[in-house]
Order: sequence, then C-alpha cells, then structure tokens
Amino acid sequence: MLEKAVTGTKVYWGWIAFLLLLMSVGAACYWQQLSHGLTITGMSRDVSWGFYIAQFTFLVGVAASAVMLVIPKYLHNYQKFGKILILGEFNAVAMVILCLMFIVADLGSPERLMNVLLHPTPNSVLFWDMVVLNGYLLINILVGWVTLEAERKQVAPPKWIKFFIYLSIPWAVSIHTVTAFLYCGLPGRGYWLTAVLAARFLASAFAAGPAFLILVTYIAKVFTGFDPGKGVLATLGKTVVYAMCVNLFLLLCEVFVVFYSQIPSHMSHLQYLFVGYHGHGVLVPWMWSAMIMAVVGILILIVPKNREQDNLLIIGCLLIFIGAWIDKGLGMIGGGFVPNPLHEITEYVPTQLELGVSLGIYATGFLILTILYKVAIGVKQEVE
Amino acid sequence: MKTLRRDFLKIAAVAALGWGVRPAAELMAASGGGKSEGLFFASRHAVHAGPNALKATRWAMVIDTAKLTEEVVAAAVTVCHTTHNVPNIPGNQELKWLWETSMEHLFLDNHHEYQPEAAAKSALALCNHCDNPPCVRVCPTKATFQREDGIVMMDFHRCIGCRYCMAGCPYGSRSFNFKDPRPHIEKIDLDYPTRTKGVVEKCEFCAERLAEGKLPSCVEVSEGAISFGDLDDPESEVRQLLSERFSIRRSPYLGTKPCVYYLV
Repeated sequence: MLEKAVTGTKVYWGWIAFLLLLMSVGAACYWQQLSHGLTITGMSRDVSWGFYIAQFTFLVGVAASAVMLVIPKYLHNYQKFGKILILGEFNAVAMVILCLMFIVADLGSPERLMNVLLHPTPNSVLFWDMVVLNGYLLINILVGWVTLEAERKQVAPPKWIKFFIYLSIPWAVSIHTVTAFLYCGLPGRGYWLTAVLAARFLASAFAAGPAFLILVTYIAKVFTGFDPGKGVLATLGKTVVYAMCVNLFLLLCEVFVVFYSQIPSHMSHLQYLFVGYHGHGVLVPWMWSAMIMAVVGILILIVPKNREQDNLLIIGCLLIFIGAWIDKGLGMIGGGFVPNPLHEITEYVPTQLELGVSLGIYATGFLILTILYKVAIGVKQEVE
Repeated sequence: MKTLRRDFLKIAAVAALGWGVRPAAELMAASGGGKSEGLFFASRHAVHAGPNALKATRWAMVIDTAKLTEEVVAAAVTVCHTTHNVPNIPGNQELKWLWETSMEHLFLDNHHEYQPEAAAKSALALCNHCDNPPCVRVCPTKATFQREDGIVMMDFHRCIGCRYCMAGCPYGSRSFNFKDPRPHIEKIDLDYPTRTKGVVEKCEFCAERLAEGKLPSCVEVSEGAISFGDLDDPESEVRQLLSERFSIRRSPYLGTKPCVYYLV
C-alpha cells in the first residue's frame, strides 16, 4: 500500500519538500546539540526539563485520542466513525513516534539509550513509559495496517485483530496515565504532586487530540476531497468540548485545593504561572491566553448548532488545541520547576536552537503523518 | 514448517519457564550474596573496600550550624570541588556538589520574618544521602544507586542523562553536565575521574576517600563544624552529637529520611 505515497500532486510533493527542508534545519540544530551538549538549550540546573519533555507530554495526549474514535465505534457500535478511524490510528502512530523522538532529543547521552533495556528498572516510571509508548505504537501500526489492507481487498478484517482493537482502549488510557505518573509521584514538586494530574492529562488529551484530528481531517478534505461523512466531525467536536470542560473543572479543583489549603509549596507554582512570583512571570501572558482560548473554545463548541458549521468548528478546535498546548506544552513543565526546592527562582525560556531541533522533530512527525494519511485516503478513494 | 514452529514454541516455553524459576531474590535484588546489583529493581549494592577502609552500616553527617563560619563554608566548598574535579561554570547551568546557601533556603518550612539575621546565616547544602532516596527510585538504568552503607552513588558511565533524578530530588542536590566540563576545571586532580557532557553528578560522601581510610574532605577542613560517622553505632561521634544537641533535617515530612543533620 505504501506505493500510494510515491504518487501525488505538485502540492503534495511541495509539502514533502518543505517538511524535508525543516527536517534538515532541525538536523543541523541537533548536530549542534550533539557536539556541544544540552548547553545549547535554555534548560538549567533548576529547570532541568524544558520544551522537549513538554512537547512529549503534550503529544502523548494527542496520540491517545484515537481511543475517542475506537470506543464509540467498537463499544457503542457508532458506525459513522468507521471512516475516520484509520486517521485516528495513523495519527497515533505519528504522534507516538514524535514523543519518542522528543525523549531522545532530551537525553544528555543519547548513545546510551539502550541502557534502559540493558538494565531494566521497573521501579522507574520512565521504564514503564517506554513499555506503554512502544506498545501503543506497535498496536496502532498493526491495527491500522491490517484493517486498511482488509478494506483495500474489500474483505472483513481478520477476527484476531479485534483483540488488539479492544486492547488499544485501555492502552491509550495507560500511555497518558503513566506519563502523568512520571511527574505526580515526585516528592517536593508541589505543582505535580496531585492525584488529579493523570485525570487532567487525560481530559486535556481527549480535548486536544480529537480537535487536532478534526483540523487534520479538514485539511485532508481540502487537498484530497476526502469526505469524512455527514455530521462525523460535529460529533467528534462534542467530545472535544466535553473533555475540555472536564479539564477546566479538574483545574479548578486543583486551584481550590491549593489555595484553600494555603500550603505555600503548592501555591507558589500556580502563582508563578498565573500572576507571577517575586517579580518573575514570563509565562503569565501565555497561561492567561490559554485560559481565554479554552473558555472561548468551549463557549463556541458547546452550542450544538455551532458544531455543525465548518468555520465555527474549526475556530473552536483551533482555540482549544492551542489552549491545551500552552497549558501542557509550556506551563506544565516550566511551572513545576519554578520555584526550585530551595525556593529560588530560575526562569526558563527555550533557545532558538532548541526550538530548531523541535521544529525538525515536528516536521519528521508530520512527514510520517502525511505519508500514512496519503496511503489511508488513497486506499479509501480507490475502494470507492 | 508447522513442526518447526511447534518445536520453536516448545523451546521458547521451556526457556521462559527456566527464566521464571530462577530464584526470585537473585533477580530482584542483591542484598548480600556477593552480587553487586539487582537485575531488575534498584537494590542496595555491596561495598567493595580496601583493608584500611572506614566502614559503617549507615553513614551520616552532622553539621553544627553554630560553628559554621564563612571561612569554614568557603574552605569546605573549595576542597570538595577541587578534589572531585567539579567544573567552575558560571550561570544557571552550574555544577555544585557542596554549596553555600542561607538557613532560610535550607529550611523553608521554618521561615518567618522575625529572624532576618538568623535566616540569612550561611549554611551548607549537599546531597542528603537519603535512606529512602527518590532519585534511586526514579532512575531508569540504576545509574544512581544506594550502597549497603547508605551512600547514594552515581555510575557516570551508565547515566543516560535523562535528568529524571534531578526532578525527583526534593533538595536540588543534583547537577547536570550541560557541556563538556573538562575545559572548566582549573587543575584536574588525577586521583578522581572527570565527567563527560550529558551525565548527572552529585556529592558521594567521598566514598573514594572512605575506601582509603580517610574522612570526607569537607569534614577534614571544617575545624570541627562537620562530623561524619556511623548512625548505627551508638558510640559514634554523630550519635553523641544527635543525642545531646537538637537537630533538624531538610523536609523530613517527605519521607526521604535524609542522613544529613543540622545542629541548631
């Protein structure tokens, strides 16, 4: 089926060339990082994780979103999602690969990566994150490829694949739960030390992920004429807006606990993020933008009529997606490290090289996504 | 073809069974028995020491804040960093094993506004060599591990530089080599390894000196302000001090059981 990816319009090849260009920019930046070390990033002794780990955290959520199509289709027999299911699964593949690339980019000694397998350590949550992420990647490659191949041959998919489809449901939940456990089990990091973190991660994931799927499906529709089916995206929009409501609710629960209890080591991080702390507040405008985007996105999409209108659905999804990205891809990691355990403040801002590496990684992920979508939509249009 | 596959499955099953029935204790942890490391879970490593080595079952440090003068603090930091080839890198990507900070930053929970002078008094911060160390718990490669005598150590050759231990440490005691440290070491001490870029490092209670029968270097230059000894030995100096003087530890409510005590 991969042959579908080597024939395409000028726009397709132009896009591929553009992504390759960005990838080479990223590779050049990463070469700098390999030669000089992580000193080329804005990270420091106090803020020891930054943009890379934040992107990984956010993208795990986008990857998990496939389950928001699988559950209605397979547990509730909502057949309308059948047509875009493959887009969810292939999206998961590209996003998990992105996650893995961001983790590797963050390593100080990437050449020793295999030590995680040579010295397996189940008491480390990172070990489990490796297990669940790679597992989710394999499940989605398998399920996506097998069901698409069956569709192409116009036969029913083999029965054994059902097992993996059902397995993908708890597995999707597991990838974001384990990712939250990376942070929320650490003593002395007040911003993350909350049982609601995994739930909040899942809620924002099930908002941002389907929002991304909706946006990408519109793009596919424009360039390939792919028709997801009437009302499908509007229904998925319902998932987006409900999940974002739950996410905001959980955030407010957190805000209540932190500020009513008045425990300084828990308050200081939220204060830093939203009002600034001892004169430091580089993330304050970002966090408020995220909140405004989330609320406006909810107000737009909560109205059923608005979800039926393409333009409003797109705007609502964009707002919610960007809002969730700022919250998790910028605030979550930076906010957790400021102030540090000794109550000193070192702020973090990513450097250009760091953003360059990230750009290259994103381009690689989008290249994989483009190729997989080209194959999937090509097969679907061939069958029709 | 079919038989071949069956044979293979049989062999695989037997192999898996064999792996499964290996003594679980041997696989999981290596407390005693001469083995140095558990295969799966982080475990306590046996101590390999020379004939003159100082030995203990639980090393601990007691810092007398009353005796800590600015000179002692400076001397301790300097001797620590020179004997361990800790590079001098300015800015927020610095490395420090033992460093000067104020009492107020060390003991956040005891902070109040009526002690401006006492709060600003200089003190020493270092790895607490916790009895229940979160850094060891989170390390995905067992590159940071705990010895049977309690010292939390680093394997600079195994560390992948994921910096999970830095997030896990609630004391900010760990430093990362953001760049090659060697050009930033004034005079390299050949008795101690230098590190490469991309690995984490921290205080190791001078394990290399204990093995030769010497006390940690900061203790030696402290003019009596820092004591070091076996917490399990009721006759040790540290136990005497702890029983006579009131002591506090950094964030003990976190359950990490820090083994650096501050006399106040």
